[in-house]
Amino acid sequence: MLIIKELHAAVGDKPILKGINLTVRAGEVHAIMGPNGSGKSTLSNVLAGRENMTVTAGSVQYLGQDLLAMEVEERARAGVFLAFQYPVEIPGVGNVYLLKAALNAQRKHRGLPELDAMEFLALVKDKMKLMEMSESMLYRAVNEGFSGGEKKRNEILQMAVLEPTLSILDETDSGLDIDALKIVANGVNSLRHPERAMILVTHYQRLLEVITPDFVHVLAGGRIVRSGGPELAHELEKQGYAWLGSEAPEGKSSAT
Amino acid sequence: MSDTSSTLEDIISQEYQHGFETAVEADTLPRGLSEETVRMISAKKNEPEFLLEWRLAAYRRWLEMSPPQWASVHHPPIDYQDIIYYSAPKSQKDGPKSLEEVDPELLKTYEKLGIPLHERAILAGVAVDAVFDSVSVATTFKDKLAEHGIIFCSFSEAVQHHPELVRQYLGTVVPVQDNFYAALNSAVFSDGSFVYIPPGVRCPMELSTYFRINAKNTGQFERTLIIADQGAYVSYLEGCTAPMRDENQLHAAVVELVALENAQIKYSTVQNWYPGDKEGRGGIYNFVTKRGDCRGAHSKISWTQVETGSAITWKYPSVILRGDHAVGEFYSVALTNHRQQADTGTKMIHMGKNTRSTIISKGISAGYGQQAYRGLVRIARAASGARNYTQCDSLLLGDRCAAHTFPYIEVKNASAKVEHEASTSRIGEDQLFFCRQRGLSMEDAVSMIVNGFCKEVFKELPMEFAVEAQKLLGVSLEGSVG
Ligand SMILES: Nc1ncnc2c1ncn2[C@@H]1O[C@H](COP(=O)(O)OP(=O)(O)OP(=O)(O)O)[C@@H](O)[C@H]1O
Ligand SMILES: [Mg+2]
Repeated sequence: MLIIKELHAAVGDKPILKGINLTVRAGEVHAIMGPNGSGKSTLSNVLAGRENMTVTAGSVQYLGQDLLAMEVEERARAGVFLAFQYPVEIPGVGNVYLLKAALNAQRKHRGLPELDAMEFLALVKDKMKLMEMSESMLYRAVNEGFSGGEKKRNEILQMAVLEPTLSILDETDSGLDIDALKIVANGVNSLRHPERAMILVTHYQRLLEVITPDFVHVLAGGRIVRSGGPELAHELEKQGYAWLGSEAPEGKSSAT
Repeated sequence: MSDTSSTLEDIISQEYQHGFETAVEADTLPRGLSEETVRMISAKKNEPEFLLEWRLAAYRRWLEMSPPQWASVHHPPIDYQDIIYYSAPKSQKDGPKSLEEVDPELLKTYEKLGIPLHERAILAGVAVDAVFDSVSVATTFKDKLAEHGIIFCSFSEAVQHHPELVRQYLGTVVPVQDNFYAALNSAVFSDGSFVYIPPGVRCPMELSTYFRINAKNTGQFERTLIIADQGAYVSYLEGCTAPMRDENQLHAAVVELVALENAQIKYSTVQNWYPGDKEGRGGIYNFVTKRGDCRGAHSKISWTQVETGSAITWKYPSVILRGDHAVGEFYSVALTNHRQQADTGTKMIHMGKNTRSTIISKGISAGYGQQAYRGLVRIARAASGARNYTQCDSLLLGDRCAAHTFPYIEVKNASAKVEHEASTSRIGEDQLFFCRQRGLSMEDAVSMIVNGFCKEVFKELPMEFAVEAQKLLGVSLEGSVG
């Protein structure tokens, strides 16, 4: 589904990603861990098409298409979803309005009829139950005055409504209390599907206990320095990233 | 990947959509202004002596005045001798008795503007007093309104049929010598709307006027007077568009509102005059004096405006809070794009006890747009317990536009409470990225964010106007759900 080859990217003239190789197949869940500042969010944003990040080398194929050649909204409509590490607020724009506009923009692109107000409300209320969110959140402005945890839940609600093919969750578990973590994990698990894939960026093993990944990768200094199965996350939890210093950053960097 | 700013540009550089001309024969005075011009206008309108005298007095005052220099707008000096002060579509000379008698060309013009007169009126229950250049061509629902004793007609008709009301109220809110443009308007005003709501009557429909400047080189000087008698209520909508032209056109209107005890007037404007082209050629100079007088206790006047057009806007809809417990409100969205300039704001003059005012101003600048909010809150010595809340927000699209805020506050009573909040922000790259990541086009993302920014003002507009306002800002309808 997603094939990243020797991806280099810079913010301004500062190189951040220095040769990422990663292959994600349909049905798989990949976890990406790594120290602060190692480039996890940069990778997520580059995949989503953020303008201020320049790809300097490498390629990304998504469902056989050249992902890097696509506009931000084209990627979204093709099923790429990014749950933001820091969700933005949009004053005055109702949450429900944004959700409906987004869903209908995507449906239109796929040649599906747009949902009317009633159909949409039925759908979104259903998803909100899953997220255990109160209905009043629908009518508030997007993320305005939401608590940190509510913002993260709102991201997952958007994911649940849009049903993306490839979901990239950038530290969605950070700042969640234990109950909220379970709810978010349930939301994510309910979207697991043989046709869909996920990339979870996280610092914590506790998320990976409820969403078992197929692969775990360690991103450090702009490269994937280690890859393994779920057991790698356990190891990291115990050892931290101190070992990175001794390991050559040229190390193994592909996972398939 | 496309560059964000260039895409933004495409959206904010949309062409003006109301730039067509209507071919009707016009009855027009020669260019230029003199006492003779004033007399001729008055004679053409068959006005009573008192009004001619009033015009002449205004003209003489105007000769001694000079244009205000303090506003942050720039334009070459206006040649007042090069303007045509009266132009009436000829086929209207004898005045239509009903819609059927109205020149079909004129009706077509309104249809292009999106106001099919009869249909709109019937469907929406709106009475439209449409002003085409200088003469009112059609007034609908007059009969129905008359059942309630409501007078809603062109200013000229009011002069003929209700001279005593005109005489009693004209110039009592905006005196002729108030400012240069008001004096000019008082001397040469051609037509406009007149509304009188009798005591205790709640006007059963929104009253609406569509102004449109058509003939070339015609300065449009309308005069609107609205009186809500004791305990009356009226909501009045004003919409404006003008055809595209290379030369600049002057529009100097005066609007006077009078609210007596317990009366309430809600005045909403969507102004979309031709703004000029991208290089700043052509466009309307919109120099307007709008003022409301809360003359009675517990009266209320609200101004809501959405200003997207005109090359230059100079406009400060104000409220004089004379009666005790009177309430004044000003809700404004102003958008300047390309080379447009706007210097707009409001004045809240608190004179009565426990008077309250609210000012919400939202400015959006794009391209090389220049915008200033200029607001005065004055609390007189006698206005104990007066309160004002002001909020001014500016949103910038791109980095060549500018927004300035000039709040003036004068408080002469220690018990008064005046609050002022201001903010300036650029449209967030993060917000745009977020919306697009969810699948929205750049255009829809911008619309949505701008629309959200204006929300507090749009919700003050009557429904159909809110829709139009959102469309005007290139925004699809929000609130179709929930
Ligand atoms: N806009 C920017 N300008 C300058 N440097 C940036 C910018 N964005 C990211 N960086 C830098 O790029 C590096 C990688 O940042 P990134 O956000 O990808 O890290 P991360 O792995 O997600 O970290 P965290 O675990 O803290 O979220 C950091 O050193 C960061 O300071
Ligand atoms: Mg990060």
